Amino acid sequence: MGKDKLFGLIDLDWRFELTKFKLIRVLFKSRWFPLLLILFNLFIFVVILLSAFLGGYSAGNYNFGIMLVWILWWVLLMLVLVPVFSRTWCMMCPFPIFGDWFQRRRLFGVTQGKLAGLNLKWPKFLKNMWIMNIGFLITTFFSGFFTVRPLATFILLGGIILLAFVLGLIFEKRSFCLYVCPVSGFQGLYSQFAASEIRRKDPEICRKHTLKTCYLGNEKGYGCPWLLLPFSFEKNTYCGMCLECFKTCPHDNMGFFLRPPGVDILQDTKREPRRIDEAYKAFIMLGIALMFYSVFQGPWGVLKDMVRATTMKGYLTYISAHALFSLVILPGIFLLFSWLSRIFSGNKDVPLKKIFVSFSYTLIPLGLGVWIGFSFGIILPNGSYILHIISDPFAWGWNVLGTANFPWTPVFTGLLGYLQGATLIVFYLFSLALGFRISKQIYPEKSQAQRGWIPILVFLTLITLIFLWLFIG
Amino acid sequence: MNVIFLRLKLQICLIVAMVLSGGLFASYCYAQEEKFFEIKAKKFSYTPHKIIVNKGDKVTLRLVSEDVTHGLYIDGYGLETKAHPGQDGSITFVAGKTGKFTFRCSVTCGEFHPYMVGNLIVGPNYRFYVYVLMILAIGVGSGVVIFRKSKE
Repeated sequence: MGKDKLFGLIDLDWRFELTKFKLIRVLFKSRWFPLLLILFNLFIFVVILLSAFLGGYSAGNYNFGIMLVWILWWVLLMLVLVPVFSRTWCMMCPFPIFGDWFQRRRLFGVTQGKLAGLNLKWPKFLKNMWIMNIGFLITTFFSGFFTVRPLATFILLGGIILLAFVLGLIFEKRSFCLYVCPVSGFQGLYSQFAASEIRRKDPEICRKHTLKTCYLGNEKGYGCPWLLLPFSFEKNTYCGMCLECFKTCPHDNMGFFLRPPGVDILQDTKREPRRIDEAYKAFIMLGIALMFYSVFQGPWGVLKDMVRATTMKGYLTYISAHALFSLVILPGIFLLFSWLSRIFSGNKDVPLKKIFVSFSYTLIPLGLGVWIGFSFGIILPNGSYILHIISDPFAWGWNVLGTANFPWTPVFTGLLGYLQGATLIVFYLFSLALGFRISKQIYPEKSQAQRGWIPILVFLTLITLIFLWLFIG
Repeated sequence: MNVIFLRLKLQICLIVAMVLSGGLFASYCYAQEEKFFEIKAKKFSYTPHKIIVNKGDKVTLRLVSEDVTHGLYIDGYGLETKAHPGQDGSITFVAGKTGKFTFRCSVTCGEFHPYMVGNLIVGPNYRFYVYVLMILAIGVGSGVVIFRKSKE
């Protein structure tokens, strides 16, 4: 039997180990890494918080905090970090550093024995994405404030950092990152598409290594702070890339690999099954993308007034419609197409829930593509503001880099439509290519998988066309 | 397999060629006109928010501010004008490029300023039609490939 190749070109089992290069391997095993990156980002976030607190110009486009978080960081996250390097933001995120510091009682080096704090286990019924799903959705209710009002950004970021610390005092390790952080959920979802992964190299070595230092820790590093089993996990979703397993493995058996994009989407094992909370994350992210594009990049003034809460009635209508669309209407329509899939397949024995949940993973590539298209629409027209704010971060009249008076300059906005259309097509292709493979996993017979795939193919095509219309129609 | 792919490619090329030539023909059918629009700018939207013209039209946009100073910059055309309250701005240009172009406020006018946008649509919107056809062709093509594979 031939190898399964994506688009007939890329072997799905293809991997290229980046940690075979000594420089990268040494870096990953050093305790200074990613700590230095975290400390650098901590410094940047201190400036972000200060500038957001101090306010500066009334308009957010001349505020360091707003521009760095909602323009630069968001775009980097969606354009590069998540699609290519998985959860590298989590690797360098400064939010949980105070909780880590408290638990470990030190910033550098390794604390042996029990960590400080209550170290409670996270409640079992909350060990899923639901808090992150709802938390992120609620956060977007206030996007008309966070993305334009410096103080609102200060409150949001300050609140997240404080919550991360408080939960670090109460719950074990990175429970906050795993189950609460609003940024974590969508990164986890879309990192399944990422073109890189951290995995163990040789399973046989792990099998023989009974100490499992990657999970328990040793003098070189901590047991997995994300509570994973590094010797066996097979999806990027919950790996925060903290690199502790590289440090604790005595056999150098952890690797950082390049891989074909999207292979995690095809993983559905007993230990890491497809789940409805992750499925809902895909719907929520798609729903938010539709709302955000309509409000922030669409021409409809009435929507902007609603999001800005110029009237309470308008604002409540917006958040109700937004929540209803993401939580009920979009999943409801998808459920209908899933039901049609079962009808078309002719196999009534496959549970509808399985069809619904499994096929929802086809929205991961398409959703990511939509967000990338949205991000082009943020950075190309607004990127030049960054030159201003890095030269005068507190709006105190500084001109540190000599770019404080750089005028607003849209860059390649004439190509925006081409870029957005092309991005949609590329990610639509990935959704189709991976989607039919999911269909073959759902239905036992190939003919059933073929017929059952048709309604989902139609759904994905319709969604792609809707976003294409929004972008360039 | 190669024959199937070749046929598919040929079919897709034919569809795209038909649409492109149809669009080209359609663009000659449009009479080139002079068109005038008065756009009212008020925090943080334009009225009308959508301007539809045809390729080759001579378009004049008058920008009227109803509150603070606003600007209007047209993506793709790189044209800009500004309007202060009581002092209108104006742009005249020939709509030589087709497609959907965002026009956006170019003067910081308040907290929602980066989101103050409108759309200029210069028909026929080939770019949109071609992308629609590509998506449909990919969708149908992938379905055909999936079903033909099992017959072989």
